[in-house]
Parts: sequence; structure tokens; C-alpha cells
Amino acid sequence: METEVLYSNFKSEEYFINMGPQHPATHGVLRLLLTIDGEIIKKVEPDLGYIHRSIEKMCERDSYQQIVHLTDRMDYLSANINNEAVCLAVENALQLEIPERVKVIRTIIGELTRIASHCLWWGVMGMDVGALTTYFYGFRDREMINDIMEETCGARLTMNYNVPGGLMLDIHPNFVNRVKEFVAHFKTKLPEYDRLLTGNVIFQKRTVGVGVLSREDAISFGASGPVGRASGYSCDVRKHHPYSAYDRVTFEEALRTEGDTYARYLVRIQEMWESLSIVEQLIDNIPEGEHRVATNAVIKLPKGEYYQKVETARGELGVYIISTGTKNPYRLKFRSPGFSNLSLLNHIAVGGKIGDLVATMATLDLVIPDIDR
Amino acid sequence: MSYFSDIYKGIKTLLTGMSVTGKYFVTSRKGAITQQYPDNRDTLQMFERFRGEVIMPHTDDNEHRCTGCQKCEIACPNGTIEIIWDRGIDEATGKKKKKIDQFVYHLSMCTMCGLCIDVCPHDAIKWGQNFENSVYDRSTLTRVLNKPGSTLMQGVED
Amino acid sequence: MPLRITENIHNWLFSVMPEGVASLVEMTLIAVVYLTIFAVAGLFLVLLERRVAAWFQLRIGPNRVGPQGLLQTMADAIKLLTKELTGTEKADKFLYNLAPYFVIISALMALAVIPFSAEFHAFDINIGIFFLIAISSIGVIGILLGGWSSNNKYALIGAMRSGVQTISYELSVGLSLLTMVVITGSLQLSEIIEVQKSGWLILQGHIPAAIAFMVFMISGTAETNRAPFDMVEAESELGAGFHTEYSGMKFAYFFLAEFINMFIISAIAATVFFGGWLSPFGITESIPELGVFWFLLKTMALVFLMMWFRWTFPRLRVDQLLTLEWKYLLPINLVNLVLMALLVWLNLTLRL
Repeated sequence: METEVLYSNFKSEEYFINMGPQHPATHGVLRLLLTIDGEIIKKVEPDLGYIHRSIEKMCERDSYQQIVHLTDRMDYLSANINNEAVCLAVENALQLEIPERVKVIRTIIGELTRIASHCLWWGVMGMDVGALTTYFYGFRDREMINDIMEETCGARLTMNYNVPGGLMLDIHPNFVNRVKEFVAHFKTKLPEYDRLLTGNVIFQKRTVGVGVLSREDAISFGASGPVGRASGYSCDVRKHHPYSAYDRVTFEEALRTEGDTYARYLVRIQEMWESLSIVEQLIDNIPEGEHRVATNAVIKLPKGEYYQKVETARGELGVYIISTGTKNPYRLKFRSPGFSNLSLLNHIAVGGKIGDLVATMATLDLVIPDIDR
Repeated sequence: MSYFSDIYKGIKTLLTGMSVTGKYFVTSRKGAITQQYPDNRDTLQMFERFRGEVIMPHTDDNEHRCTGCQKCEIACPNGTIEIIWDRGIDEATGKKKKKIDQFVYHLSMCTMCGLCIDVCPHDAIKWGQNFENSVYDRSTLTRVLNKPGSTLMQGVED
Repeated sequence: MPLRITENIHNWLFSVMPEGVASLVEMTLIAVVYLTIFAVAGLFLVLLERRVAAWFQLRIGPNRVGPQGLLQTMADAIKLLTKELTGTEKADKFLYNLAPYFVIISALMALAVIPFSAEFHAFDINIGIFFLIAISSIGVIGILLGGWSSNNKYALIGAMRSGVQTISYELSVGLSLLTMVVITGSLQLSEIIEVQKSGWLILQGHIPAAIAFMVFMISGTAETNRAPFDMVEAESELGAGFHTEYSGMKFAYFFLAEFINMFIISAIAATVFFGGWLSPFGITESIPELGVFWFLLKTMALVFLMMWFRWTFPRLRVDQLLTLEWKYLLPINLVNLVLMALLVWLNLTLRL
């Protein structure tokens, strides 16, 4: 290009800048080592470990019931889905028959968690590109879900509601009504999200064609969740390996082919609609029955290796357990979606401006405790 | 021509965005989603299942339901609960029996996972609604949940 | 009223001391008055911004200090006064300390030529608008100096962005005002208002004036470095931008100057497009004291518009900022200027 020739005639010097561990755009304690030429990014090197709590090692110490509450602290925005992953892994290993009621409730709560997570993401996305008001609108709707969670699970963020064998408590009597109330409310608010941000010409200029990730790269970097799906990689675990009650609901996998920041944005917006429809399909027919099947007080998995994957709000979370037949796992490994999604940041951010990096990072939807564990 | 249609579309989308925020501005009187927190302390009602802190309910006769079985202590992932127990003589049967001396609860270590309450066979411990747990001295976060001189409620173990 | 008071003071001063001393004392008095206006307006605008933002964002906003939180910014200012002035070790100390004064003095000087009402007008210079444009571009030197001298990369990026931005948008501010000067035929602010007695300029110049107004508001927002053009601060990209390394009162100077600049831009727009202190359709022409009220009302309406922009729109990227200026605003502005000249030449302006 002409401009490139022009650039090469100037003698410019690359310099180095620390983005994080305390930086408004890294949403936590991620540290990016940026090599910049003027405003143009030459290299992004993530530096991790600022919030490492050795959760995987702690899992080797804990019993299977205790492991569940640690997963709350990984991807805290989809805590319930993380809980579910561990519970499903343990239940499958024990070959427990889980009541239908549990499956449906887990699905509903999982989808509500996804909406809540995406609401927060939407607010923060707006904030990262400079529209501060979105943050509060996103939080308003998330707050309603948090209230539902608090009423039923007792906590707003780190619920620890699932236990191996079912749910810790049955749903609150108000649960169904409140969820319906929320669905009705959110259906009026989602179009507002579009009018405020999606259609905005400045927002489109900031996102369309920025941080393009091709389908091949998405697969080879192990991208999952909305990041992978925006590049046309059909990777929805709910669709391909249904767990809980996902095999009996109809929903569409949000897929786009552009692979840019705007596509990732649209995929998440569409996922909110799909989640709403899943909740609507299930909320009226929660089967009666037990909310929990009895397990031994001390759960001992049979000797062997077990893997369970679920679709969290960020992508595919895998739980890999090696058991030697004792009450603790010999080794437990989490395949967290954020880690793989972060790894492709250098690939897609290079060549963009600092503002592009921020917008791209916002749509990767990184939760740092999930990456560091 | 796309130059002008771009300008037109741009201005239109900007005005659409402004209409959204403008609507909230006009209705801001009733629309505030924030709470006037310390002012609304008297009316602030937490949900019944809210996990604030672990408490041990006592009856008016200073009786609790904890038998000292230590299931909660085992279930706790963080070593939050320590039960210091003793053996006393049961008055009715004359046999030696386990009873709690102190039910120590380290709130500073608690992650509110609820496993202790889930596992308790006698419903001796419950969730308290208090969430204002900040203190100036962290040693005050270590609490003894059973009141001094409290005894085990009759009939809990049967 | 205000006229009588100033006149009395003026006469008294000149009667008790020699002429040179008296005029010096008078200048000092006026400076003190304007400093007070500066401080009060700055603090009030900060509070207004915070309350307006809260109302946009479904919040309540500051409401604890004083009735309805009216003393909140006062308390903040006192807090900032008592704070330690930190700085980087290897900063260029002289320039680092000088930078806030550049920003604040240029804002103050611009305030001097703003006609609050027919009488309340400190310095009715005959090149008023030219003076305003010239002064408002001095402020950017302070930002550049501050960003460069604080020896921080984020600050430097912010400062450089500011330089690029202000230099570009200066053109549009100037040209859009020039479009209006074609009608008025004068650069003097009092005369510009005088012309508007037969209809505000935005009505007199109708279509080109409306375009000029839009361009002016956009480029004025950019000139004051406010969202959606807050590349300079861009808190999600640069932390705090050029004032990363400033603390305490030095930071407060930058902060106040930003709000005063917003006030100045709105005041210029109110003066040039909406008749300044003139009442709509001359309804209160018999009470000239209401001039200040009308002036402030118009200015505040425009300030509110700028706040509305800020709390609705995402931020542009730095290259898009320049695209907007050079590919859209500037050509539109030039065409608009020609259009306005034709309009005036063919006598197509609307006059009441």
C-alpha cells in the first residue's frame, strides 16, 4: 500500500509499554507487554500469574464436594456453569441417575448465568470503547438475575448451588415467577442495547474489520465460545455434546463468518436471545421430583480418567479428572476457555492501534481468574 | 453519493442512541437502580437464603442443637470451623457423652460455600442475614458460636 | 444594577488615587471577579456533569454533601488542595510545573472576552472571535508540555494525540465561526450580538448556519477533549492520558480548565448562533438585567448537549478522529462557507 511505503521512509523507533497489571481495560490483573510503534501495535505479550491461586492443586487436596466451590472462583461470571461441569464429571464417573428436575433447573440457571455474564460483558464492552452509560444499563439487567440467584442459591456471584448428585436446595417458590418477570423485562431491553450501541456509527467504525480471526486460526488456537463461533467455527458444546437438558430444547447456534470484533459482539447479542428462548421453553415445565439424589458422604470415584466439557459464557470449559479410587482426585485439570482465547490476542491485535487492542480484548471477554486459576 | 448517505446514516444512528439515553434522563426521577445504602438499613431485607455468616441459633433456655459430631468441620474446605469438644456425663443415662465446649468459626476464612450447613444432620447451624462483617481487628472475626453455658437441646440425638 | 455598582467603584477609585494606580487596582479587581467566576463555574459544572451523568445512567449522583450534594465539588476541591503533589523522579520539573498554568490561564483569558450581558463584559475587543480562537489553541501547549515533561509513556501518547486533535479541529472551529462572521461582518462579540437583534444568526443564516452550528458543536467538543473525542484521556486505553502523573491541585487545574473550556465553547456557540444575552423574540427587552440569565440559560443548554454526547457515544479511534475532520468536517465547512457567502451576496438571509 501507498501508506506503507510512506511509513517506511520515516525512521521510527519501537518502544515498549506495560499495559497492566493495573489498567482499566484489562479488567483485572492481566499484564500485557506491548511493543508499539507510535500508536501501532507490533507485539502483544500477555504476562500471567498475578492472580494464580493454584486451584488445581487445591483440588487434589479436597473432596469432590469441596472441589465444586473452588470452581466458583475461576470464571466467577459463569460460576454456576463451572459448578455444573465438575458435578457432571463426578456424576458421570459414579454413573448416577440424575432426576429430570435437576437437569432442567441446571439448564435454566446456566442460561440465566450466561445472560448475566453477557450483560456485564456488554456494559464493559461499551465502557472499553468509551460509552460509559452502557455499563449501568447492563448492570441493571444483570442485577435482576443476581436477585433471582440470591433468592434461590443464597449468593449473587459465587453460588455453589450444584452438588454432585443434584442441587443443594430446591428452587425457591418465587423462582418461576421472577424468571418470567425477568424474561419479559429483558425482551424489552435487548432491542435498546441495539439502538444504543450496536447501530451506533462510531461503535461500528471501532469494531467492524478490527481484530479479524480466520476460521483456521480459531481452530488452531483452540478458540471456543463466541470467539470461535464468530469466526464460523461451530463449537457450541450445548449443540454438539448436549448435557443436562440441552438435548430437549431447540435453539440456534449463533454463528457468523466475519471473525472480527463486531461479529463477536453480534454473536454474544444473539446468544442472549437464544438463552432467553431456552429459558422460556423450560421455565413452564420444570418436572416435579427430587432435587437431589443421595450420594455417599465420602465420594470415591472409581479408578480411571474422566472428562466432561460444558459451554460457559466464555466458551468450552473442560474438567479432566484422574482418580486412583481415593476420596480425592489424583490430578484435576481445567481446560479454561479464557486461556485459549487470550493466546490468540497477539495474533489478531498486531497491526492495529491501541484503541483496537482495547476493543478486541473487550470482545474476547477475558476473565483473568479463569485464565490464571 | 455514499459519502452523503454515510453522513445521513451516521447522524441518524447517533440520534437514535441519544434518544435512548435521553429517555432515561427524562424518567430519571423514578428510574434510579442504585440503593441509598446506609440510609436504607432499616428497610433493607435480605433474601431468606442469603449467606451472610454462619450462626448457631439458641433457644430462650440457652439450648442449641449441636451434638459435636464434627461433620461440618470435615466438610469445610477451608478449615473455617473448629470444634473443641469434651466428654461429659449424661445425667439421664450416666454414660460418658461427647459435647461441644466451643464451636469456633473463623469468618475470615469462610468462603460461604454452605457445605457445613448442608451436611449438618441436626440443623444446628444456619445462615445469618448479617452482611456487614467489616471489623477493625481481624481477631474479632474468630467467633465462638455457642453461647457460654449453653447446653444441648433434649431429644436432638434421638 | 451591576452597571451602577461598577460605575460607582470606578468613579470612587479614580477620585482617591492617581490614574495609573487606579486603573491597575481596577484591573486587579476585575481579575479577582473573573477568578471567582472561574472557580464557581468550574465547580458547578463538575457537579452538574456528575448529576447529569447519574441521571443518564439510572443513578442518583452525589447527594450527600450539602443540600442535594451542592457542596460535593467544594469538598472535592478542598480534598485536592490538601493532597500531596506527587510527580515522577525524572520529570522535567520546570515544564512539569508550568504546564497546568498554561491550560488554566488560556481558559481564563478566553473567559474575559465572553459577553455575559450588555454591560457585563470585561474586554470588548474588536477582534473578539479571532482572539477566542487564538487563545483556545494555546491551551494545547499546556497539555503537550504536561504530557511530555512528566516522563510517562501513557502521558506522552495522550499529549501527542491531543496535539494532533487540537491542531486539526482548530480549522473547523475557525471556519464554522468564519461562516457566521460573513453575516455579521464583524469580529467584535458585542457587535455580533447587536446584529442578532433582528433574529438570531442561526435563523438569519438558516441552512448554512445550522450546518455551521453542527460542525461547531462537533469540533468544539473535540477541541475541549471531551468524549466522544477524549482521545487525550481515553481512560480505557491510556489510564488517565496526559495528566497521569499529576496529582492534587495541579490535576485539579487541568480538570477545572476542561470544564471551563466546555463552558467557553458553549458560550461562544450561544453568542454566535443563539443571540448571546438577547431574549428570544425580545420578550424581556425592557429588563436588560435579565441578559445574564438568558446568556447562562442558552450556554447551559449547550453544555447539557455536550454532556449528552459524552454519556451516550463511544469514543472514536485516533485515526477515525482525523478522518472525520479532514474528510468530512473540513470539506463540508468550506462548501458551507461559500454557500453562506452566496447567501449574503444574494441577500437571502432571513431578517425579522
